[in-house]
Amino acid sequence: MSENKEIEVMQSVYDKNDEVAAKINSALTKSGIYAINVMGAPGAGKTTSLIQIIKRLTDVIPYVIEGDIEADFDTKTLQALGVKAIQINTGGACHLDSPLIGNAVDELGLSNGVLFIENIGNLVCPAEFMIGEHAKMLISTVTEGSDKPYKYPLAFEKADIIVINKCDLLPYVDFDEEFFMKGVRALNKTAPVIKVSGKTEEGFDKVVSWIMEKVK
Amino acid sequence: MHEYPITQRIIEIVGEYAVKNNADEVKVINLVVGDYSGYVASSIELYFELIAQGSACEKAKLNIERIVPKLRCSNCGVLFTRKPYSFECPDCKGEGRPTEIGQEFFIRSIEI
Repeated sequence: MSENKEIEVMQSVYDKNDEVAAKINSALTKSGIYAINVMGAPGAGKTTSLIQIIKRLTDVIPYVIEGDIEADFDTKTLQALGVKAIQINTGGACHLDSPLIGNAVDELGLSNGVLFIENIGNLVCPAEFMIGEHAKMLISTVTEGSDKPYKYPLAFEKADIIVINKCDLLPYVDFDEEFFMKGVRALNKTAPVIKVSGKTEEGFDKVVSWIMEKVK
Repeated sequence: MHEYPITQRIIEIVGEYAVKNNADEVKVINLVVGDYSGYVASSIELYFELIAQGSACEKAKLNIERIVPKLRCSNCGVLFTRKPYSFECPDCKGEGRPTEIGQEFFIRSIEI
């Protein structure tokens, strides 16, 4: 019986998605677009936060790619506010991947602005897949429990900015901010953590300042 | 959850290496899957047999080497495995930070 011949491969298996993502990122940069991958659990306030952010963006054109399994409520809301937004319905996939984004970017015909890609409501998978973005924004909340960094470490580790929403509800929930921040800082030394409330509209100026710094 | 397309991709990559090395049949695939890679080793095993049918990998044995994630203590530098809900270093109680260890997902080698 002949012996097996071992062939070294040492190749990452993510490569196809990442290859496409790198091309998208390059194309967006060339078109003067800064792309932000917006992640968060369902109902955390991704769209609400985007609306508050976009309201405060003055010298920069906002574009939005909305990702949902089904329905287009959020896209319609944004379009009604005059934002150039398009919907991607995955029909079942739990995260957006780069080929989907590539097609959407071509459809939007973007130049010189900020592209917000609102990912599928999911605290697990979006953190794993590059989709051509320059930065990842995580929308967390005080209502999800202060243990989220411990339970979903990748989302908190990969975020370039963490927005904590629903702070108006702090008097009504048991949110241990110290425990939450300990978890965040163990995973992520650099992402700013900004408290906001989509309801009272407070806190978003700081988020916009961060974006404008990046866009320069 | 995403193991079906990723298993397809593994079989695709291995197929390319088999062709490059003039092999009709792959005997063994050595895969490295970190527990924090986002992929579950047992789910890949589940799909592998199904997807490999009719390909050069049809009769291949899939060896999966799992990597347990390690944090590095920011205080004393030791590498450790975390306890649930904690990032605390077991030696000095310092704060542990994530490392690349546990996020691996690659094909180490194949045997033809």
